[in-house]
Amino acid sequence: MALNDDQIERYMRHLSLVEIGGKGQQKLMNASVLVIGAGGLGSPAAYYLTAAGIGRIGLVDGDVVDRSNLQRQILHTTPDIGRPKVESAKEKLNALNPDVEIETHLLFLDHTNILDLVKRYDFVLDCTDGFPIKFLINDACVLADKPFSHAGILRWDGQVLTCIPSRSATYRCVFREQPPPGAIPTCAEAGILGAMAGTIGTIQATEAVKYFLGKGDLLENRLLVYDSMRMRMRTVNVKRDPRWAVGAPHPDIHELAPLGQEPACELKKR
Amino acid sequence: MSIQINGQQKDVPAGLSVTQLIAHEMIKQPLMVSVEYNGDILDREAFETTVVKDGDAVEFLYFMGGGS
Repeated sequence: MALNDDQIERYMRHLSLVEIGGKGQQKLMNASVLVIGAGGLGSPAAYYLTAAGIGRIGLVDGDVVDRSNLQRQILHTTPDIGRPKVESAKEKLNALNPDVEIETHLLFLDHTNILDLVKRYDFVLDCTDGFPIKFLINDACVLADKPFSHAGILRWDGQVLTCIPSRSATYRCVFREQPPPGAIPTCAEAGILGAMAGTIGTIQATEAVKYFLGKGDLLENRLLVYDSMRMRMRTVNVKRDPRWAVGAPHPDIHELAPLGQEPACELKKR
Repeated sequence: MSIQINGQQKDVPAGLSVTQLIAHEMIKQPLMVSVEYNGDILDREAFETTVVKDGDAVEFLYFMGGGS
């Protein structure tokens, strides 16, 4: 499928990049991404992936837009308050780039529905809030052998790790298991700099694009840590769980546990 | 003695366990961090028994659960 005149004009700045060009742009147009969470990370990520011409984007969020979201969740506007986030998001993304197929999933993910959904996409972005869902996404992507971008944010800080379960360190390899509820404050409790969320979500979109192009160095086995208050960014080398051989099934993750009820005792034994 | 903490060289008292180092670095609670010790993630059970040595590299990787 060749690019038409409108697409050549739209993606001109991509086509000019030697690492993308016509071939790379077509790879992006044949790709699909699942963005889990249409909030602070999902907003910039979905915007840039749509602008980039990713063929099909799935958006998952069961929530509605709240006024307190608008300080950072740039997919949504004041008139959207009260509307489902996925509907509000689809409207903006369709207006930005009608070539991109936007699939909305107005639901909250749990152990019963996540696997079927992640299997339908090529790459997954974890743009969610809270440890139970982050660990569930990790485990679902490990079971489905699906590459994903993990990100977490708190106050002025953020971090990103690109996980390719068939070969690299995943979120659980580094963070092992959920902290007990209440040990770590959430965004709602601790606060969050809107623009910092934008930076981190944009990095997730960059990683997805590079993954599809097969170019450059991904944040694989490297956790990117961003401190916006001191304006420092560094990467920390991290390793795959030593008990988990490349190509082998994960030693602990055999099935998905209900949210927040992972078998902590089993996972603790390392 | 001198160790590397999150990429920066630092002088710390000799003989500290990782648990004590967490307190020394004024990290309010150990549950807030995953600890990478000389390149490997340290089991939480080993925080008490692992004593840092001169020249070690320690990374405190913070749990960040936010995203929305």
